[in-house]
Amino acid sequence: MTGWAMALFQRDLRLSIRVGGSALVGVLFFLAVVTVIPFGVGPDLNLLARIGPAILWIGALLATLLGLDRLFQADRDDGTLDLMLMAGRPMELVVLIKCLAHWIATGLPLVIAAPLLAIFLNIDPIAMGAVTLTLLVGTPALTLIGAIGASLTVSLRRGGLLLAVLVIPLAIPVLIFGVSAADAAIHDPVPFLTPFLILCALSLIAAVIGPVASAAALRFTAD
Amino acid sequence: MAFWDYANPTRFLKLVQVLLPWLVGLCVIFFAAGLYMSFFMAPEDYQQGNTVRIMYIHVPAAWLSMMCYSVMALSSIGTLVWKHPLADVSAKSAAPIGAAFTFMALVTGSLWGKPMWGTYWVWDARLTSVLVLLIMYLGLMTLWRTMEDPIKAGKAAAVLTLVGALNLPVIKFSVDWWNTLHQPASVVRMDGPTIHPDILWPLMVMATAFTLFFFVIHLMAMRNEIMRRRVRALRLRAAASSHPGTAAATAQPAE
Repeated sequence: MTGWAMALFQRDLRLSIRVGGSALVGVLFFLAVVTVIPFGVGPDLNLLARIGPAILWIGALLATLLGLDRLFQADRDDGTLDLMLMAGRPMELVVLIKCLAHWIATGLPLVIAAPLLAIFLNIDPIAMGAVTLTLLVGTPALTLIGAIGASLTVSLRRGGLLLAVLVIPLAIPVLIFGVSAADAAIHDPVPFLTPFLILCALSLIAAVIGPVASAAALRFTAD
Repeated sequence: MAFWDYANPTRFLKLVQVLLPWLVGLCVIFFAAGLYMSFFMAPEDYQQGNTVRIMYIHVPAAWLSMMCYSVMALSSIGTLVWKHPLADVSAKSAAPIGAAFTFMALVTGSLWGKPMWGTYWVWDARLTSVLVLLIMYLGLMTLWRTMEDPIKAGKAAAVLTLVGALNLPVIKFSVDWWNTLHQPASVVRMDGPTIHPDILWPLMVMATAFTLFFFVIHLMAMRNEIMRRRVRALRLRAAASSHPGTAAATAQPAE
């Protein structure tokens, strides 16, 4: 049973890292977003330090949203998705594995880049660690929730914009608790652990709802 | 079972034909009574003055924006579990109505907020979650418009509606956690309503009127949607018979 799962995981990871995949474009986009925000709000380092965690989270959200159409689109274009649907494997598990591979290729680089970008935003070391930790826990939820939108829009030719519109409302709780956990580490109006644990819970919920809903949507749009 | 009898659109349309005049009549009576009560009988608030009357539109609209989503969620279960042919018609025609009620709640709320809070918009928990609800309605409507095949679009939208229904309490909770300024619920509470009966009665009548209005509009929209699908089917058939060579391609639009 684990044989095919491992094979699928490695295949997806390899496809997204090699030429034609877009694993690192997300990080570049993340860098671009973080660079452009000081031009909008001004170069005040105190202000940037205060809103830094929020900038990093919004950048990560946007980068994740932009990468989501790669989740199923290529597989659908060459027919692999239909084969996966007909293979008789539980589609929920297939989606979960694809999401995991997608997250390692696109989400994890964002988490790794976050401390570096935090330096640009004048975020102090403790907050830097907190933001990175919340991104590590929270970005999987973004990918998993995004999988629902990706599978709903997979049959559309230019579904990217609609995907973002559909996913953003669902991603709001993750954003709220991600940012407030990071803020709690700096100003501590509440202990860091409270929002952080809720963020963990949201990721776990997303790990259940995301694959189930996404697999259902893929089945309905494919036949 | 009655539920299944109305899976037949023609039978459903007949029922609508019978039901609609009664509903319209009731709705008009309730609106007349409700508007009279809220404009002439209900007292002015000692702090808010006449602006308190905005509440008689605002609160029912806000309730209806929630109820409409519940109707859509139930219809979506009907689509996915029982494949009831009218369920996705119901969900599809409820979405614009829900969006309209949500919009109305936001607009009346802003108009009330300007004199009371001194600003049209605050990023308060309740306002924000209603705004998110509006975005979800609009997203669902767009999803319906982007897919050509109504059955497939209905199923996709049903999945999203149900995910949204699971997510709405989470969004509500997280936004509450984030920021709260709006007054807490004062009508539906465990220990009875905290507002005075003179205000409560017009509100209840208006809420009933709004609910009836929703059902009238919803049934009308469902009837239109059924007609629209018939027109589409007839057009496809006409197109198929006039171009026999491409019949298969026209009758089965690609994806």
